[in-house]
Amino acid sequence: MNRLSLISLLWLVIRRDLLLAMRRRADVLTTLIFFVMVVSLFPLGVGPEAEMLRKMAGGVLWVAALLSSMLSLPRMFAADHLDGTLEQMMLAPQSLTVMVLGKITAHWMLSGLPLVLIAPVLGLQFDMPVAAILTLMLALLLGTPVLSMIGAVGAALTLGLRGGGVLVSLLVLPLTIPVLIFGAGAVEAVNSGLDAVSNFALLGAFLLFALVFTPFVAAQALRISME
Amino acid sequence: MQSEPILEVSDLACERGEHRLFEGLNFAISSGELMRVQGENGKGKTTLLRTLCGFVQPAQGSVRWQGRDIHEWDDQFHSQMCYLGHANAIKDELSALENLRIGAGLAGIGVSESTALEVLRRMGLRRKEHLPVRVLSQGQRRRVALSRLLVGEAKLWILDEPLTALDVGAVTLMQELIGEHLSDRGMVIFTTHQPLQVTGVETRHLVLA
Repeated sequence: MNRLSLISLLWLVIRRDLLLAMRRRADVLTTLIFFVMVVSLFPLGVGPEAEMLRKMAGGVLWVAALLSSMLSLPRMFAADHLDGTLEQMMLAPQSLTVMVLGKITAHWMLSGLPLVLIAPVLGLQFDMPVAAILTLMLALLLGTPVLSMIGAVGAALTLGLRGGGVLVSLLVLPLTIPVLIFGAGAVEAVNSGLDAVSNFALLGAFLLFALVFTPFVAAQALRISME
Repeated sequence: MQSEPILEVSDLACERGEHRLFEGLNFAISSGELMRVQGENGKGKTTLLRTLCGFVQPAQGSVRWQGRDIHEWDDQFHSQMCYLGHANAIKDELSALENLRIGAGLAGIGVSESTALEVLRRMGLRRKEHLPVRVLSQGQRRRVALSRLLVGEAKLWILDEPLTALDVGAVTLMQELIGEHLSDRGMVIFTTHQPLQVTGVETRHLVLA
């Protein structure tokens, strides 16, 4: 028996959450199918005019990604809370912040990364040019982890509350608006022949800021929720 | 010779909402001691145990570990204790072996597969080690949860209804494990509505009225 380092602990939490997700795949697929369905409904609803679809593609894909991300947020800590695992995590002599970071990373790998990977296929439905699709992928790659991180704070604050699922959306959605604006703005900029570097820079800044603060804040919120 | 108290509770009061569960609670526990917390349902047994773990801030009073308030110890206090609550803290989708190794890992303890298998077999889970926990009975699930006690070096065990769902054999085993832990200079604080008698050890009783 030996003490685990923080890196080993982080990796353990990620591996554990991925393993659990692989053994109950329905939860993972729900997010992905929801994303595909929401995005696919738009061309059916607004008609096949390519110019209009190209113009709205960035916004539609980003809003769908945001809503898909909300769908899985209430589950981030709920199961661990119900079965007592969260109590054990809080009693661990290791940093709870590191464990929360592990859970956020796993959440992103299960709910954000699949959206990044499937986005090019969905982009084709909107007749997006290759440059816009690549921009969209990069923007989602930078932005979806921020959604998971901000969401973790909301999920931790509403843990165990009745109607927590709705409450977490009300708490988190306003905070994600800047990510939505600059994420969708990056695609719009490329579509208009402009440079998207400033959008990426801002998304990167959001990512770093969230990476530094949100795991700690979510850990403190969990402590409050567990009292 | 009476050893120095390691865990001291002074003038402790706890509330749930506006309702005061207990107040003016004083006790101390030293190495090798076994304490049973008793009281009717709703008298605050679980709240007391959770307060001793540091989950709940007392309304009044303090809990001290080796002379320092437990909230001042940061993580050092938690490395010396093991808490088993009502919930088993195990995952239905994982096997008993995975649950034990991952559970220990989350507590910061790396456990080899051979050690984990040995512990599970000691807990009477031979040939169940690789089965998903969802196919095990409630008693077997409880055994998986209890096996966490054997993979750490915690001095203080805080056990909330550890005998729930256990059969006679498992209760006897649990009594043996507690006896061994106490003879290794450990301490145990527990609640149970079932009889639990450890041979050669006098049980102290704390009654929450």
